Amino acid sequence: MELRKSYFADQRKDDLHEIGQPRPRSDSPGHVTGKTAYFADRNFPGMLHLKMVRSPYHHARIRSIDTSEAQMHPGVVKILTAKDVPHNVYTILILIQIGPEDETVLADGKVRWKGEAVVAVLAETERAAQEATAKVKVDYEVLPAVFDMEEALKPGAPVVNEYHGRNYYLYDSGECRKVRFGDVEAGFAGADHVLEQTYQSSPIEHAPTETTGCIVAPEGNDRFTCYTNTQAMFFTLDNASIILQMPGNRLHFVGGTVGGGFGGKVDVIVEPIAILGAKLTGRPVSFIYSREEEMQISSPRAAEKVVIKDGAMKDGRIVARKVTGYTDAGAYSRHSPYGAQKGAGHYPGPYTIPNVWIDTYCVYTNRTPSSAMRGFGVTIGDFALEVQMDKLARLIGMDPLEFRFINAYRDGDMKAHRQPTEGAALIECMQEASRAANWPVAEKFMAMSSYAKGA
Amino acid sequence: MAKIPVQFTLNGAEKAEFIDSGTTLLHALRDKIGDTSPKGGCHQGTCGACSVIIDGELRLSCLTLAETCNGAAITTTSGLSQGGVLHPLQRAFLDAFATQCGFCTPGMIMAAKVLLDHTPDPSRDEVVEALSGNICRCTGYEPIIQAVLTAARSNSQNAA
Amino acid sequence: MALALQTFSTVKDANAALKAAGTRYLGGGTLVVRGANEGDVSVSSLIRSTEPALSAITVSGDNVRIGASLTMAAIAGHPNLVALARAARAVGGPAIRNMATVGGNLFAPAPYGDFTVALLALDAIVSTEGGEKPIETFLAKRQSNHAIVTEVGFTLPAEGLRFLKVSRVKPKGVSVLSIAAVLEQAPDGTVSSAHIALGCMADRPMRAKAAEEALLGRKLTSDGIAPALAVASDGTSPVTDPIASAWYRNEVLPVHLGRLLLA
Ligand SMILES: Cc1cc2nc3c(=O)[nH]c(=O)nc-3n(C[C@H](O)[C@H](O)[C@H](O)COP(=O)(O)OP(=O)(O)OC[C@H]3O[C@@H](n4cnc5c(N)ncnc54)[C@H](O)[C@@H]3O)c2cc1C
Ligand code: FES
Ligand code: FES
Repeated sequence: MELRKSYFADQRKDDLHEIGQPRPRSDSPGHVTGKTAYFADRNFPGMLHLKMVRSPYHHARIRSIDTSEAQMHPGVVKILTAKDVPHNVYTILILIQIGPEDETVLADGKVRWKGEAVVAVLAETERAAQEATAKVKVDYEVLPAVFDMEEALKPGAPVVNEYHGRNYYLYDSGECRKVRFGDVEAGFAGADHVLEQTYQSSPIEHAPTETTGCIVAPEGNDRFTCYTNTQAMFFTLDNASIILQMPGNRLHFVGGTVGGGFGGKVDVIVEPIAILGAKLTGRPVSFIYSREEEMQISSPRAAEKVVIKDGAMKDGRIVARKVTGYTDAGAYSRHSPYGAQKGAGHYPGPYTIPNVWIDTYCVYTNRTPSSAMRGFGVTIGDFALEVQMDKLARLIGMDPLEFRFINAYRDGDMKAHRQPTEGAALIECMQEASRAANWPVAEKFMAMSSYAKGA
Repeated sequence: MAKIPVQFTLNGAEKAEFIDSGTTLLHALRDKIGDTSPKGGCHQGTCGACSVIIDGELRLSCLTLAETCNGAAITTTSGLSQGGVLHPLQRAFLDAFATQCGFCTPGMIMAAKVLLDHTPDPSRDEVVEALSGNICRCTGYEPIIQAVLTAARSNSQNAA
Repeated sequence: MALALQTFSTVKDANAALKAAGTRYLGGGTLVVRGANEGDVSVSSLIRSTEPALSAITVSGDNVRIGASLTMAAIAGHPNLVALARAARAVGGPAIRNMATVGGNLFAPAPYGDFTVALLALDAIVSTEGGEKPIETFLAKRQSNHAIVTEVGFTLPAEGLRFLKVSRVKPKGVSVLSIAAVLEQAPDGTVSSAHIALGCMADRPMRAKAAEEALLGRKLTSDGIAPALAVASDGTSPVTDPIASAWYRNEVLPVHLGRLLLA
């Protein structure tokens, strides 16, 4: 590894002891010897296995649920439906006052996506649980479903989620998150080139090698230890506490070792229902997603659609940028209202543009609820922005890297959100990239600096 | 249902257990015998995290029924280091940053061990081929490939 | 009902046990045990036989007989079966090849069954206790077969077996399609006999009859094989799965068949 200490040398003392030094990871010896304990590396006597009966439809009313036959299946110990869950309607971000509560732990009266949890079966063996799920009878009345964000936003579209009452998240700013800076229309009117393009992505599954799951052991005294691979320990503990209407001090969460997460293990899905099962049976409960559930049921990265309209001058300056972003939350909010908001915060990208207009929508459809994944709200936007930058450079007839130097934000520039830029370092990164990739740019760009304006 | 006996050696030690017929070797090792180094990532044969060595051959313990292993010699990653000294593969994985979340690591090490047992000086392509049934979602594979090549070199140096 | 395994030392006894409801023969288990792990509760009793004949390979001259319990790894490593090594190595990764059997491959639904594609091009004979059947007839009715396959037999082709598996992930990936071909050429280089088998172009391996016919009397040049490529997709009904759509499989089949024939 090489550290380029020449950049910003005057901004720090050159006495770094840890940075730049390779250090062994503290967890690696456990990994290579097979000693690291993941949540599932535990076995409790009398442990029950939880399997979920899931909705085969994208959108349906539940007329009735009959568990009587499943109840009698050999090995079945307990069957849970919505009425067993103390606080069945929840939303993860309620902890930071982002409501309304819009998701059911177990479906109550309606299912809104294919794969939604309806009935939980707890049995002595996985096989018995599996067999019993096939005996649970759910009578569905199939409803029209909507899978496309634009269709969902049209008047008359089927309402996906009654807790919202409309197919988009209502922010305090209205139907979308908004950024308004300068006069974008005037910017387009005065531009030499105007380019409007639409970018779209599909949901992406994290596919961690270890599937989502937890094991819960009742400790007596109405306390429960939950061994979990959640990436959001306290979020999960607090939400479990709300869902179970149980003080947090009764819940002991053990985790931190995650067999790959990539953001896919931040939803609060397996823990509350497994704890409830342990509470109602007095026995340890294991709820571990099968590989198929991990791929089909766990939240993916949201599908996004990004429409970017730019106005640029012949000399390469972008003078106006208008972005409309759509985030497909699927049937429930989970982290998506925040993802869409992050999008609004991230556009117009690391560029200084005098006239900016941004709208980002969080849209509900009858698709698998989406949630966090590595830079959600930002990654797809960056793909769109940077492809757009390449297209603009080609339109103007300019080198794509030089075009970015011209527009790069620098310290002191006012961003569209009225935050002055600090510690940008983009110019220096591009200078290094130009060298490393052997993609030379004009000398004047190599002489630029992030904080000496005009240099 | 009546339990049935199984008997095999695990990392050189005799093991005997009563299990339910139809139990997978993965389940028997992890939940009966207590060796949790093989991991269950898919139970479908696709991820390789459950790889073990049975009589010198790489096998997927999630698709192997325990009772078919009567009399076999089974090796798992937990049995590789002797007396606190890491096996060259373990050492190389550690040094090459070939493990991140670590969930694929025991399976990867098993696949690599079988390769080096039969092919002490493999080419890069042979390493890739040997690891092709094992999925890693974290490292991007390159550090793992380098670790196996490094372990092969350190083995041959020790032998020389 | 829990899953249980019954082991019999003879094929005869195992066949008798397979008459009961909820039973299934266990080969290497890469498909049956996988199914059980994934929640297929239709099978409650697995049956296997350890009869040594199931694991025998006999090669006399050009005649080969392979026991149904032989694994892909055993075939890939056998000195007298070099012609088949490529097809055997096309199945799964190293661990799967140590487990996957010839018998099981005959029943593997698309996109699996790569080795069977080779057997189909070889016009193999499939043996059960009840007798022998040409592989094509056997495959057509395989879902109603309840008898244990004991072995497959075929003649090693004089001019070799051509085999190609197309997958997106290298070196190991599930098939987009696979093709096997056994060709005989007259002294003037024209094709005098052609057996071409396709994998993933239907729910099970199939012969490309129209392409075979169109090759007869033609030379293996781009012009010579053009008529065969034009009819390569005749009669196919490819699967659509996460690997590829039926449309895609049909589009690329002639391209890959062309490469195999010109190789
Ligand atoms: C990760 C993974 C990757 C794979 N990749 C490939 C691939 O690339 N190409 C490919 O072709 N396949 C692939 N497969 C599928 C499978 O491994 C092979 O098709 C294999 O040959 C099946 O054989 P088996 O012995 O494991 O079958 P089993 O699972 O034991 O049996 C499969 C079916 O065949 C029946 N059966 C087995 N043997 C007999 C017999 N002697 N007589 C009567 N019935 C019998 C069983 O009852 C069962 O219905 C893959 C599987 C996995 C899990
Ligand atoms: S758990 Fe066995 S291959 Fe994934
Ligand atoms: S290190 Fe995480 S899967 Fe390989």
